[in-house]
Amino acid sequence: MTDDEIKALVLREIRKIAPEVAPDEIDPALDLREQIDLDSMDILNLAIAIRQATGVDIPEADYPRMASLDGCVGYLRVRLPKS
Amino acid sequence: MPALGADMEAGTILQWLVKPGDAVKRGDIIAVVDTEKATIEIEVFENGVIQAIVVPEGEKVPVGTVLALIRTGGEVAMPAEPKPKPVARERAARPAPAAALAPAPPAPPIRPREAAAPPPPRRVHASPVAMRMAVDLGVDLTAVKGTGPDGAITKADVERAAKAAKEGVAAAPPPTAPVEPPKAPPAPKPAMGPAERQVAMRRVIAAAMARSKREIPHYYLGTHIDMTRAMAWLQAENLKRAVTERLLYSVLLLKAVALAAREIPEINGFWVDGAFKPSEAIHVGVAISLRQGGLIAPAIHDVGKKSLDEIMANLRDLVNRVRAGVLRSSEIADATITVTSLGEQGVESVFGVIYPPQVALVGFGKITERPWAADGMVGVKPVIMATLAADHRVSDGHRGGLFLSKVDRLLQEPEKL
Repeated sequence: MTDDEIKALVLREIRKIAPEVAPDEIDPALDLREQIDLDSMDILNLAIAIRQATGVDIPEADYPRMASLDGCVGYLRVRLPKS
Repeated sequence: MPALGADMEAGTILQWLVKPGDAVKRGDIIAVVDTEKATIEIEVFENGVIQAIVVPEGEKVPVGTVLALIRTGGEVAMPAEPKPKPVARERAARPAPAAALAPAPPAPPIRPREAAAPPPPRRVHASPVAMRMAVDLGVDLTAVKGTGPDGAITKADVERAAKAAKEGVAAAPPPTAPVEPPKAPPAPKPAMGPAERQVAMRRVIAAAMARSKREIPHYYLGTHIDMTRAMAWLQAENLKRAVTERLLYSVLLLKAVALAAREIPEINGFWVDGAFKPSEAIHVGVAISLRQGGLIAPAIHDVGKKSLDEIMANLRDLVNRVRAGVLRSSEIADATITVTSLGEQGVESVFGVIYPPQVALVGFGKITERPWAADGMVGVKPVIMATLAADHRVSDGHRGGLFLSKVDRLLQEPEKL
């Protein structure tokens, strides 16, 4: 997957969790928890959704690396098969 | 119309999920009701057969109004005739405070005549979110074509219908002849727009919280709890689990609160009619904030008897449904104690306002690393602040303090929770 595809995938799953958030409002460098008010249940649901969509299981200890949209893309990039 | 919480005065029937003649059993969801706070699925409290729907869809009625008549087991059906509403209400033989339905009157032993049955209400097949949106936007669901599974009306269908209605007005062809100016179609009357709902929710929270502070003599206690063992156990446990099976630490807190409440019964129950009524069951209300503002505290039932996995599954389900705006009547009405965890927002402690008629509210802040002295040594530990706001008419600080120390003790042995 390309970075753009990964980003689109993560954004799609975030939209399912927080439907009121407009994707272009999200600053990819900023913490998602603070930016769009995600809580621990939302983060867990995001991890589950990413697992279901990509097969990548994110250990709890790695959640901090997924804090921002850029973080998610960087984290998944090295774990997903290259397109 | 059941009272879904101390702060509810009226509700609007959004949809009936049953029609006269349908058999229902305890726990079935029979109707969807809109309140200031959420869309709530009404569960039936008796087994029987729906005899008549008294309050039609779209009507707002006060708490206590009979919504439908149900024929309970053993009774034989009477010829069903649509009754005028006041009669039906009078016929509510015994008021059932917790139930939405009044028992139907005993019926003469004759067979119902098919022809006399009232026509079944028109069914609208729509997702709860779509229904709620339709109410907000003033869209008539019976006129919307569903594109979801089995023709269900989805959120997108409602949006489309609302847009079409708007554009329909703008795109109305100009009159070709100088006749009367085109009349605007009757403006849709939304039961409650988003802004109005915000105002309404603020009003019900204000009423319940003002009543709490006016009537309940609160006392407040707080203690720091070392979370080293609990967090280490949780991390090790989660490492073994697939992401779908993982636990949040809130689940440990909820279980510890329920087990401690079992030992200190004065904090679990209701203050009703000038006296404390302890509750055998421990239904823990979980304060969940809504993204649009406001909060709601639906209950997880029998937390003390459930495994951590069951509580986690319940909690996830509850949070997802709160966010989607759909709850069940029993969850809203019957919490016996409430837990609020404001840790996510980064505060260390929260001293809550008790939700009447409950008598206690337990608060948790965020887990922070702190210097912690024990056995003459100072170390760094993950620490959480647990607080109790309790009703002084029912318990004293000593018992409240015992409760918090029991919560602490339970969290030191997470494997036993």
